[in-house]
Amino acid sequence: MYGFLIAVGVLLLVSIIWMVYRIQTLVSVVKGSDKKIASGSNKINAIMFLLFLVAAGFLFFWYSFKEYENYQLPIASDHGIVTDRLFWITTLVTGIVFIATHLLLFIFPYRYQYKENKRADFFPHNNKLEVIWTAVPALVLTILIVSGWKAWTDITSPAPENAHVVEIMGYQFAWDIRYAGKDNVLGDFDYRLINASNSHGVDFTDKNAFDDFSSPVVVIPKGEPVLFKIRARDVLHSVFAPHFRLKMDAVPGMPTRFWFVANKTTDEMRAEVGNEEFEYEIACTEICGRGHNSMRRVIKVVEPAEYQSWLAEQRPFIEQNPDLIADLPAELKELAEIQISENKK
Amino acid sequence: MAEASITSHGAVSHGHDDHEHHDSFITKYIFSTDHKMIGKQFLVSGIFWALIGGFLSIVFRLQLGFPDMDLSFLRPIMGGWIDEAGKLDPNFYLALVTMHGTIMVFFVLTAGLSGTFSNFLIPLQIGARDMASGFMNMLSYWFFFLSSVIMFVSLFLENGPAGGGWVVYPPLSALEQAIPGSGLGMTLWLVSMTFFIVSSLLGGINYITTVINLRTKGMSFSRLPLTIWAFFLTAVIGLLSFPVLFAAALLLVFDRSFGTSFYLADIYIAGEALPNTGGSAVLYQHLFWFLGHPEVYIVLLPALGITSEVIATNARKPIFGYQAMIISLLGITVLSFVVWAHHMFVSGLNPFLGSIFMFLTLIIAVPSAVKVFNYLTTLWRGNLIFTPAMLFSIGLVSFFISGGLTGIHLGNSAIDIQLHDTYFVVAHFHLVMGSAAFFGLLAGVYHWFPKMFGRMMDARLGYIHFWLTFIGVYMVFFPMHYIGIAGFPRRYYSWTNFEFSNMYTDLNMFVSAAAIITFVAQFIFIFNFFYSMYRGRVASLNPWRSNTLEWTTPLHPKHGNWPGEIPTVYRWPYDYSKPGAKEDFIPQTIPLSSTPESNLPHEQELVKLEKEIMKEEGEVLVANEVKEK
Repeated sequence: MYGFLIAVGVLLLVSIIWMVYRIQTLVSVVKGSDKKIASGSNKINAIMFLLFLVAAGFLFFWYSFKEYENYQLPIASDHGIVTDRLFWITTLVTGIVFIATHLLLFIFPYRYQYKENKRADFFPHNNKLEVIWTAVPALVLTILIVSGWKAWTDITSPAPENAHVVEIMGYQFAWDIRYAGKDNVLGDFDYRLINASNSHGVDFTDKNAFDDFSSPVVVIPKGEPVLFKIRARDVLHSVFAPHFRLKMDAVPGMPTRFWFVANKTTDEMRAEVGNEEFEYEIACTEICGRGHNSMRRVIKVVEPAEYQSWLAEQRPFIEQNPDLIADLPAELKELAEIQISENKK
Repeated sequence: MAEASITSHGAVSHGHDDHEHHDSFITKYIFSTDHKMIGKQFLVSGIFWALIGGFLSIVFRLQLGFPDMDLSFLRPIMGGWIDEAGKLDPNFYLALVTMHGTIMVFFVLTAGLSGTFSNFLIPLQIGARDMASGFMNMLSYWFFFLSSVIMFVSLFLENGPAGGGWVVYPPLSALEQAIPGSGLGMTLWLVSMTFFIVSSLLGGINYITTVINLRTKGMSFSRLPLTIWAFFLTAVIGLLSFPVLFAAALLLVFDRSFGTSFYLADIYIAGEALPNTGGSAVLYQHLFWFLGHPEVYIVLLPALGITSEVIATNARKPIFGYQAMIISLLGITVLSFVVWAHHMFVSGLNPFLGSIFMFLTLIIAVPSAVKVFNYLTTLWRGNLIFTPAMLFSIGLVSFFISGGLTGIHLGNSAIDIQLHDTYFVVAHFHLVMGSAAFFGLLAGVYHWFPKMFGRMMDARLGYIHFWLTFIGVYMVFFPMHYIGIAGFPRRYYSWTNFEFSNMYTDLNMFVSAAAIITFVAQFIFIFNFFYSMYRGRVASLNPWRSNTLEWTTPLHPKHGNWPGEIPTVYRWPYDYSKPGAKEDFIPQTIPLSSTPESNLPHEQELVKLEKEIMKEEGEVLVANEVKEK
C-alpha cells in the first residue's frame, strides 16, 4: 500500500513536471524566443554564475576556518612540522590562484554576456601575455619544488646510526611488531619459517634474533630517532601514522623503511588535545582485502628514560617460547640459553 | 518538413560518393562502418555504463554516509551482498569501488568520450568522407562491446567482480586466497581489459591515420580545430601507453594461472608459504602507471579540445593563443609519459627516483596553467552566449582549476607522504579528471547533438541539468578535501575503527546526499537526450553559427558526409567577430578573397596565392569534365 502511494505520488510529480515543460516549450515557440540568438535565460545564467561565486566562496571560507581545528591533525614528529608547513605554503599559493581565477571565471560571464549590438574583441593572441603566464607559474613552481625536494631528501635520507629499530609487518588484517632488542639489530627472517609459534618467520640461527621481542603496542621514545623497518607477509599494506605524517607501503619480498623523530609523548598530546583517551594510531592505506579498514595498532610515545625501563622489562621470543630454539645446533643453543639466563637476573 | 527537403537535396548530387547504397537495419545501426553511427554507438554505450558506474557509487556512498542504514531494499538487485541485517558485505564494498573506477575511467571516459567524439568529429571537422578504415573502426566498437559484455557479466558472479581497486595491484589481485574478487571476477576483468585495449588500439590507429592523411584541401595542421588536435594527440598517447597495460595484464595472467613470479615474492597466506620468490610487486605498479598516468590525459585532452571549440564559438571570439594551446597539448602529451611514478612516492620506490618524478610532475602544471589562462582570456571581452554546452565548458574550466591546483600538493613528494591514498587524492582526481572529463562529454553532446540527430536538445532542461550537476559535483567532492587533510584513508568500508577518523559523519552524510541528488539529476539529461532525439525541435544547419566544417554538411549527412565535393578550407576555424566582417563568424569554407573587408594585412598577402590555386583547380575541373564526356 505504502509503495503504491509512493508510486502514485512520483507519477503525479513527473506528469506535472512534464506539463510545465510542454507549456514552457509552446510558450517559447509562440513568443519566438527560440529564434533569438540568446534568450532571456542568458541573463539568468550569467547572474547564476555570480550567485554561485558568492555562495560557494562564502561556504569555502566559512567552513575552512570553522573546521580548521578538526581537520588539521596535531603534529607529533619533527619532519611533520616541515611537511605541514610546506602543505600550508602550497595551499596559500594555490588558494590565491584558485580565488583569482574563479573571480575572473565567474565575473566574466556576467560582465560579457551576449548583447545584440555588441561585438566581441578579436584578440587571437598576445605573445607578451603568454610569456608572462608561462614564466610566472614556472617560477613559482620551481620555488615550491625546491623546498619540497629538500624536505623529501632529508626525510628519506639514511637513518642515524643510533636510531631505535622497530619492525612492522603487515598481514591480513593486522600489524605485527618486532623489536631489535638490546643489540638494536633485528635477526634475519625467512617467510618459509613462518608458523603458528613464529608469526614473523624469524630465523633463530641468527644470533641477533636471540634478544628480539614482540609487543602489542609500538612503544617509542620521544626526541630520539626511530627507524621503522616495514614488510608484508601476504599482500601490499601501507603503514600510515597520521599524527607523525608518516606513510610507507609494506611490500611482500621488498622490505621498506621510514625513520622519524617523535616530538610529543602520548601524555603531552593527551593534554594538548584535552582528551584523556587519546592514542597515536597506525592504519593501513593500501587496499588489502576485507579487513582493510580494521588494521589498527597503537603507538605509545614515552620519555627516553621510561622507554629504557620498558625495554628492560621485555622478554625475548626465545624466553617466552623455548621451543623456538629447540632445533638449533648445540653451540647456538647454548649461546641462546646463556642469554636467557642473563636476562633473568 | 525542413529536414526532409534538405536531405533530399543532398541525395541529388551524390555522384562522387561510392558508399551510395541502401542500408539494411543491420548494416545501418549495428555493423555500421559509418563513423557517425559508430560514434553514436560509443555514446549510447557510454551513457549506459555511466549509469551503472554512477549507481555503484551511490550504493557505496550510502554505506559511507549512512552506515547504520538498512539496505534491505537493495536486495532485489544486490541479492546476497546485502546480509540478513541489511548491511553491505565488506568484500562487495571493495568490488563496488573497484568496478566504479574501472567503468568510469575506461568504459565511460575513454570509450564514451574519445570513442564518441573522435569518431564523430574527426572526419566531419577535417573534411573527410569517413575514417581511413571504416572496417577497423567497426571492429573497434565491437571489441569494445565484447569487452563491455564480459565486464558486465563479471558483476553477477557468485564471488563478485574484481575487488582489488581499479589499479588491481598484485599480490592482492593475483591471489584468490586474499580476496574473493581475485577469483573468476579478476580473470574476467583481465580478459575484458584485453579486448578493451584491442578496441582502443584499433580506434587510435584509425584516428591518427585519418588526421594525417585525409584532411581536405587547405586543411593544414595549423588550421585544424583544437578538438582535432586534442583527439589526435589523445590517440597518440593511447597508442603508446595501452600496450604497456597489456604487458602488465599479461604478466599478471601468468602469475595467476601459470605459476610464474613476475610480481610475487615471499608470500605466506592462508597458512601456507607460496613457492614464488624473486618477483616484484612494485614492477606491476610501474607498468600499470605507465599507462595509468597517460590515461588521465587520454580522458582529459578530448574534453579540453571540446571545451576550446565550444568556448570560442559561444564567446564569439577566437580562442586565445591558438598556437600556445597546441604547444601546451604537445607538452602535456610528451610529459604525460614521464610522470607516472608520482603515484608511487611511498611505494618503496628509491627516494632519488621520487625526486626526479617530483620535478617532472610539477613541470606538467605549466602547460595546464597556460591552458586555463587562455580560456579565461577567451572569455574576456567576449559576447557570451550561454548554451548548455557553454555552461558545461565553463564548469569544466572551474573543475580543471580546482582539481589541478591540488595536484601541486600531491606532486610534491614531501607533502604526498601524508596525503597519499587519502580522500584528498579522491577529491583531486574526481575533480580534475573525472568531473572535468565528464563535463567535456556533456558539453560535446549538447553542442553536437544537432549534428548527430538533426534536432535540438531542450535548452532549459540543459540549464537545470547543468546547475544541479555543477553545484552537486562541488558539494560531493569539495568536502572530501577536508576529510582528506584529516587523514581519512581511501577504500575504507567504515572509519569507526580509528580514533583519528571517527568523526565527520555529518560531512560524509552531506556528501552522500549530494551524490544522490547529482545522480538523480542526470536523468533530466537522459530524458532530454532520448526525447529530443525523436521529438526535439528540428535544428537549423548551423545552429551555433560556428565556423567548423561539420556544419556545412546536410542536416542528416549520409555515409560520405558531403553530397557533392568535399569543401575546401581557406582559413583557420576561429574567425569570430572579425573586425570589418558583416557577421560575427566566417566559416572555414569562405575564401579570403571574398572577404577583403575583414582580412588582416598578412591574409591579404595570402589572397593572391589563393587565387592562383583556385584558378589551377578550375582548369583541372574543366579538363576532367572534358575527359568524362
